[in-house]
This record gives sequence, structure tokens and C-alpha cells, in this order.
Amino acid sequence: MHQVFKKPVSLKDIQTHFCPGCHHGTFHRLVAEAMDEFGVQERTIGVASVGCSVFLYGYFDIDVVEAPHGRAPAVATGVKRARPDSFVFTYQGDGDLAAIGTSEIIHAANRGEDITVIFVNNTTYGMTGGQMAPTTLVGQRTSTSPYGRNRSKDGAPIRMAELLAQLEGVAFSARVAVNNPKNLMDAKRQIKKAFRYQVEGKGFSFIEALSSCPTNWGMDPLSANERVGSEMCSYFPLGVFKNDSGL
Amino acid sequence: MTQRLFMKGNEALAMAAIEAGCRYYFGYPITPQSDIPEYMSRELPKLGGEFIQAESEIASINMLLGASATGVRAMTSSSSPGISLKQEGISYMAGAELPGVIVNICRSGPGLGGIDASQADYFQAVKGGGHGGYHIIVLAPSSVQEMYDLTMLAFDLSDIYRIPAMVFGDSVIGQMKESFVPNPRPRRELSPKDWVVRGKGSGAQRVVKSLYLGDGELEAHNWKLHGRYGVLKEKETRWEEFLLDDAELVVAAFGSAARIAKSAVMEARGKGLRVGLLRPITLFPFPEKAFRAVTERCKKVLTVELNAGQMVEDVRLSVARDADVLFYGRPPGAGSLPTPEELLVQIEKNY
Amino acid sequence: MRHDVFIAGFGGQGVLLAGNLLGYAAVTEGKNVSFFPAYGVEKRGGAAMCTVVIADDEVGSPVVGNPTVALLLNQASYDKFVCRVKPGGTCIVNTSLVDTAGQVRDDIEFIPVPMNDIAVQLGDPRMVNMIAIGAYAAKTGAIRLASLEEALRLTLPERNHKYIPANVKALEAGAQTCQ
Repeated sequence: MHQVFKKPVSLKDIQTHFCPGCHHGTFHRLVAEAMDEFGVQERTIGVASVGCSVFLYGYFDIDVVEAPHGRAPAVATGVKRARPDSFVFTYQGDGDLAAIGTSEIIHAANRGEDITVIFVNNTTYGMTGGQMAPTTLVGQRTSTSPYGRNRSKDGAPIRMAELLAQLEGVAFSARVAVNNPKNLMDAKRQIKKAFRYQVEGKGFSFIEALSSCPTNWGMDPLSANERVGSEMCSYFPLGVFKNDSGL
Repeated sequence: MTQRLFMKGNEALAMAAIEAGCRYYFGYPITPQSDIPEYMSRELPKLGGEFIQAESEIASINMLLGASATGVRAMTSSSSPGISLKQEGISYMAGAELPGVIVNICRSGPGLGGIDASQADYFQAVKGGGHGGYHIIVLAPSSVQEMYDLTMLAFDLSDIYRIPAMVFGDSVIGQMKESFVPNPRPRRELSPKDWVVRGKGSGAQRVVKSLYLGDGELEAHNWKLHGRYGVLKEKETRWEEFLLDDAELVVAAFGSAARIAKSAVMEARGKGLRVGLLRPITLFPFPEKAFRAVTERCKKVLTVELNAGQMVEDVRLSVARDADVLFYGRPPGAGSLPTPEELLVQIEKNY
Repeated sequence: MRHDVFIAGFGGQGVLLAGNLLGYAAVTEGKNVSFFPAYGVEKRGGAAMCTVVIADDEVGSPVVGNPTVALLLNQASYDKFVCRVKPGGTCIVNTSLVDTAGQVRDDIEFIPVPMNDIAVQLGDPRMVNMIAIGAYAAKTGAIRLASLEEALRLTLPERNHKYIPANVKALEAGAQTCQ
């Protein structure tokens, strides 16, 4: 019998705690597949952040350091500088990376640290119960924007992939989604590219991964998935914003 | 004998860090400790090490956390306002049992305060500083020689106990130059760091973390940490005793205050007053037993600090029940550094 | 033996360099020494000052409230610090810049040294600090001139060694004022 589908080696055989319809699990899988393909599992050090992604070490069969909220890029900097031969990535949510950790992500990116950042944007603080995030869309109701995000008071959502692409230190920046098979296949390609940048020592790579959050959006998984393709993709366009080496 | 050098305390500290095997430094400029990053930025690249001037003290401490998690010796330094920013990372390091050396060349506050010598961060240093009920090792040098020697000790103790260690100085100790001997790194038995993340290789996954959510896990983790603080108290407490045998008054002071106080004690002796000095070298663990022992006989302690009274509380908790603990100190700031003459007046007044 | 000296002037007079040089010289003599630069509010506004303590055994406090010897190189320092000199102590004053008329202390020894005038005679007005240190060395015996010369060699970068003879001349000229 020919096996056509299997669990990536870099993932543990464990059921995740993620809610039904959440895209975290899919992104975990894509990241693990890329790890397998480059054969970096054994020399990978993952940096977990605070949020739904905190249990990184529970699902990936790799060494992991846990970082304080928002500080993963600084922790990853320390790890990579001390162990330049290791493969280092952070996996952060939008509250973590785009709010409390903006300073750390901007400066790690600007230094061109040879690390990969997976940034999962689901327009809300998932783990703390669906509060407004820096990526929450204008008008979106959350538990701390009960009347909808107000542009004049809360500002507009931040487009991190575009913002970081402007920095000299960033080698690769792309935004991906997994709401349909086509986008998923493209997401897989871009994540692999981001990994390749680091494997080849070509600099800082960044993936913004649009994710659903059915639980906190108050939607069923299907409509949440649809929202990613409609509302989210129209404000956060998918694409590659920086590809220095043309990989 | 190794040749004696004449250098600033801050420079001696940086030199000692390198002698101790530190090759990774992460920091952010702030007076009066910038000599340390300047020294490291000059010397580390020559040794194949890494120096990063980070975007903030928060980033610096987290770079230290990351580097330390891989098993290397690493350091950050700052002064009071910057140390406040580092507290988050220090708490995480304490929780994750990560070694690492943090230098506080303490300046006066609160807030932006001023750059003058201060010991006002004593509470912050010895009582945990950040959230969560932990301690770090705190060493208080009172000379350039000790800036050198205690920095090497800080790296060793931090590695042995897997507890972050702080070297706690101020601008007197950091900025003054003194003659000192650059001793070689002491030989010490250190356990292999089998907990570090380096990529799992073909072995089992390793995780450095402070999150414990399972029923009873976190309590057990905390008891383990506190057990280790107990061992520290038993084995690593250090202090200096000066003319205590016949003392009728014991002056208690650490760091630069102890240097100034020591001259005052000598002056007092010259006047026939039986005065001694007890100088804590480790602020955590605090030399409780030394204070207890001396106050079994001598019932009067005058604590002198460059603040409005902080260590005095630990002195009170440590002395024999019937001992009197007095205090002299001034909130630090420009013009408030006491002189030996000033302390002599206090000794005479309280004798 | 324990020698403490307080040196003060304005920025540019080489006060800190003088203190440093004393420190290095003491180290070459195998002594313990501390050099503590400016403290207190006085460090602002262009004033420069330092305290040097040289001792055979323990230095003790690097901070001294009432120094045994003070080298006061300008009027502002003199006005501010002459009252601090320890009774029975010595005040070496740069009388080129300091008017000591009206001074009220009769419990300390005054050594007037026209440092700027001597420096100008030597051909280099920047030598004020060396003249001060030379006078201090000769007056107190705290340090040997030869050690100061050696300290110059140790502390100045090679390219500046050509200036050493002029500095040594200034040290000697300062010393002569106290012999």
C-alpha cells in the first residue's frame, strides 16, 4: 500500500487544545512539514509566546524556550546569537507580536536576525477571551470593543507584513491564509520559502498567517472560515511583500 | 602575583565577566553604568562573542534569557530605571530556573531621579523585584577588587543554583578607580547543563519554561525553588566582620556605604570607642546568622544605608530579640552622599 | 601611612588627569589607592574634582569629607572648599587664579603656588595640573616624582610620549615651590 498522507515527524501524535475550526492546528502542521522537508527538526529551537500558541512544546517535538509576552523575537535573538547553527523560529499571535511586542519584533527584524517569525493574526486575543487586538477590524465587536472597533479612538488595524517589509533587515515577508485549498498550498510554499531563507543564512523571514477564531468571533467554523476569505483578506491582502533573494 | 591594575569598578566588572567565560552581553545605555557595555562592545568581538545594544532593557533581559537557555554564560547590565524594566524578564528567568548575571549600578530615584550613588533598590533586588514570589542571588561589592571577584562568583553561583544573580553596586563603586588584582577564574566543580535547549538532536525534547498548569505542578515547582533558596542560605552566605570581638556598637552597612562607614569605624576606634562593622557581601542570602551571633553579645546595631531605610528591616529580622537596631541614612541624590566624618558623628551619638 | 587629597578646579585644568596620574603612580609604588571623581551637586557647571586616597594598607573610604590636603586650582573651588580642609591640614592654592585675601582660616597651612604663571614660563599653560601634583608630592612625600614620571609612561599612549619631558619638567617646577 502506498502511503499518501502522514503526520509530520516534527509534530507529536497528540490532539491539540485548539477550538474546532481554528487554523492554528493547520499552521502547526505546515510549519512542521517545512521543518521535516529541510531536515532541521533536530537542530531547531522554537520560541513559544504567550497566547493560544503558548503550548508549542506540547505539539512540536523540538526544543522550546518560552518567552514572556511579546518578547519572543528578543529571546530568539539571544538563542540564535549563542547557537548560530541552530534553526530558530518564533510563533506568535497578534496581541503578542503587534501590541505588547512591537518593539521587539521591529528591532529583531531591523537587525536582520537570522530567524523566522510565524505571526498568527486572528484579529483578537484568543486565549484571554476575545478582547480587541491591534489587528481587530474596524467595526468588529470584541469583549473590549462592544460597540465595534472605533477607528477614530482605537486606530486602524496594523498590517504587520507590509510594515516589516519596509525594513532593510527583513529578507522575506509574506501574508498567507489556509481558508481554502489554493491558499493553503500557497501558504505551504511561502512558509517553506521563509524557512529556506534561514536555512541558507539569508536573513530575517516573516510569515503573517491569517487565522480564524470561531469561538471568540461567535461564529461556527464554516462562517469563520468564510470571514477569513472575505473580510480579513480584503483588509489584509495575501501576498509576498519582500523577497530579497527572489527565492 | 598577577600584576595589579588601576581601573574603574565598572571596567573591572566587565573584565571579570570575560574572565568568567561570559561571551554574550546584551544591554542598553544608561548612566552610570555605560562603561560596562562600552567595554564589552570593544572586547567581545575579539573573543568571538556577541555584543548587542538592544532596543530596550526589556529586550536585553530577554536576549539574556534566550542565550542562557542555550547554556552559555551571558550578562546584562543597567541602572535602576532600566532594572525596573528588566524585572519581567528576571521573573521569567527565575521561574524557568535560568542562570544569568544582571548588574545594577544603582542610581537615585524614584522615577528618573538622578545619577548619584544610591542603595534605594535594595528591596527590589533582595525581595524578588518582579512578580511571583522568587529570589535572586544578590552580591554587593564594596571595592573595585570585589567588583572583579564577586562578578566571577556571580556567574558560578548562578550556574550552580540555576538562579539569576545580580551584582549590586552604585556610582561610587562603579565610577571610582582602585588598584586591584585581576585574579584568574577560580576552579569550581560545575554540573553539566543537561537542561539546555540546543536542538534536540536524536534525544528527547527539552523545554525551558515557567508555565505550570497541571494540578499541584506549580506549587511543587515553587517549593523546589524555595528549597534551593534555603540551600543558598546555608552554604553561600558571605559577610565581612571588622573589629566585632569587643564591639559595643556594630555598624551594619553594605557596598559603598560600608566603605565610608569603615573609615568612620576606624576613626571611632582612634577615639577609644569600641565600634565594629558587619558588612553583608551577599544581600540575598542575607547573613542572618552573623547578625544573630554578634547581637547575642553586643546589643546595639547602627545600620547605615544610602536610602531612607531598607536593609535595616532585614537586620531587625535577624538580630537577637533584645538588640536595638538604629538607622542612619539619607535618600540618595546630588549632595547627599555621607562622608566618614558625618557617620562618625552618628556613631558617637548612638554609642 | 594614609594620604588623602582633594583636587578641584574647572573643566580643562586637568584635574581628573592629575588624580588619575597620582593613582597610577601609587600603584607603581605598590600602594593601595582609590580615585573617586566628582561627587555632589558641584560636578555640574564645568567644575571638576576628585579625591585620591593612597595607603600602605586599607584605603578605607574613597569619599572624604574633610581632606588632609586640598589642591584648589581656581577661585570657585577655593571659595567653596577651603572651609572643608581638615584642621591642621594643607591647602595648596593656585595663586595665579585665586585671590586668597580675606581668608579666615589660621588652622591650616597655605601653600601659594602661582601655577599658571609657572606654566607659562615653562612654555605650556596646560601644565597647571602637573605643577600642582609636583607641589603636592614635594610637600607631602605621599608619592615620588619618579613614580609620577613612570605613571606618565604607563598611561600616555605611545604617540604622546614625546610630551613626557615637558610634563616631567612641570612636575619638577611644581616640586621646587615646596622645597
